[in-house]
Amino acid sequence: MLNYIWFAMIAASVVCALVNGRIGELSGAVMEGAQQAVELSFSLLGSMCAWLGFLKIAEKSGLCALLAQGFSPLIDRLFPEYRDNEEIKGKICMNLSANFLGLGNAATPLGLSAMESMAKRNQGAVPTKGMILFVVINTASIQLLPVNMAAMRSACHSAEPFGILPEIWITSAASLLVCVLFCKLMERREGRLWNR
Amino acid sequence: MEQVGAAALPAVIGGILVFAFLKGVDVFDTFLSGAGEGLHAAVRVLPTLIGLVLAVTMVERSGLLDLVCTLVSPGAKAVGVSPEIAPLALLRPITGSGSSAFSLSLLKRFGPDSETGKIASVLASSTETTFYAVSVYFGACRYKKLLYTVPAALLGDMTAIVFSVLTVKLLG
Repeated sequence: MLNYIWFAMIAASVVCALVNGRIGELSGAVMEGAQQAVELSFSLLGSMCAWLGFLKIAEKSGLCALLAQGFSPLIDRLFPEYRDNEEIKGKICMNLSANFLGLGNAATPLGLSAMESMAKRNQGAVPTKGMILFVVINTASIQLLPVNMAAMRSACHSAEPFGILPEIWITSAASLLVCVLFCKLMERREGRLWNR
Repeated sequence: MEQVGAAALPAVIGGILVFAFLKGVDVFDTFLSGAGEGLHAAVRVLPTLIGLVLAVTMVERSGLLDLVCTLVSPGAKAVGVSPEIAPLALLRPITGSGSSAFSLSLLKRFGPDSETGKIASVLASSTETTFYAVSVYFGACRYKKLLYTVPAALLGDMTAIVFSVLTVKLLG
């Protein structure tokens, strides 16, 4: 899937730049994009190391397992494959909590660590249902307090930076619900194909 | 409320450390062994990031994005949304920094408490950078087939677009 998307993005850009006469700008964009990615991964490196360090502490102290037990009514239903795996459940919980609290820097490293643990247990060539659902939930927003947006709004002299909270909650909840329902539907359908 | 948001990070780190310390975990040694793994993880996502950011920069610079925006703006107008929102809806799943810059420009131009400003705020904060999440998470574990991941994620983004307009129009 990403093969097609990536190819389409680049091919369409080249064609578009040719038509618009922006080919010079485009050639600058290629190298600039690559450099930006390195800068991004350097800034990611710090938060990655820090959060994987904190994750290890939380795992060793049993906090992760405690979190996994606390949320297991929800997590077991969403990720039935990992019902008996406290390590994976703990990592999933840590990532979802980080997202919920708006700790974007923490969510990526914790999520990568959860994905790696799930990948380690998966022998197949395709991702498991749990991995797909986990990534899809991470593409939706479950943030409780959108602090960055509020900061941006107050910088623009908003009378009530948090005035749009109900709208944001309803919108995020609807989007998350649609994502999860769609995944659950596809999980069943794939199961049926599997049995034939 | 801003303080509550700012307190989240110190509270979480403090909570993790105090709990572990009381349980007798040698916190610094454990931190170091975990942090060491971060190095590999960051290196593993680097190729994915380069591919992704490179393609996104090309789409932006070639004028392709502007072109797509002009194409969809009549549709936006037809449902009673100001056409300036359309680029945000397209940018949001692709680039985090690009879409924040664009939301800021919308807030400045229309005012944060205007209808357009509110829709922009709701839309930008109720979705995530879909392509970043999908490619970084799956790129790190090197799966080629993603099955229904992308359709599911995009369906969520579309729901967010519809609901951000609906909620602001109905509640605001």
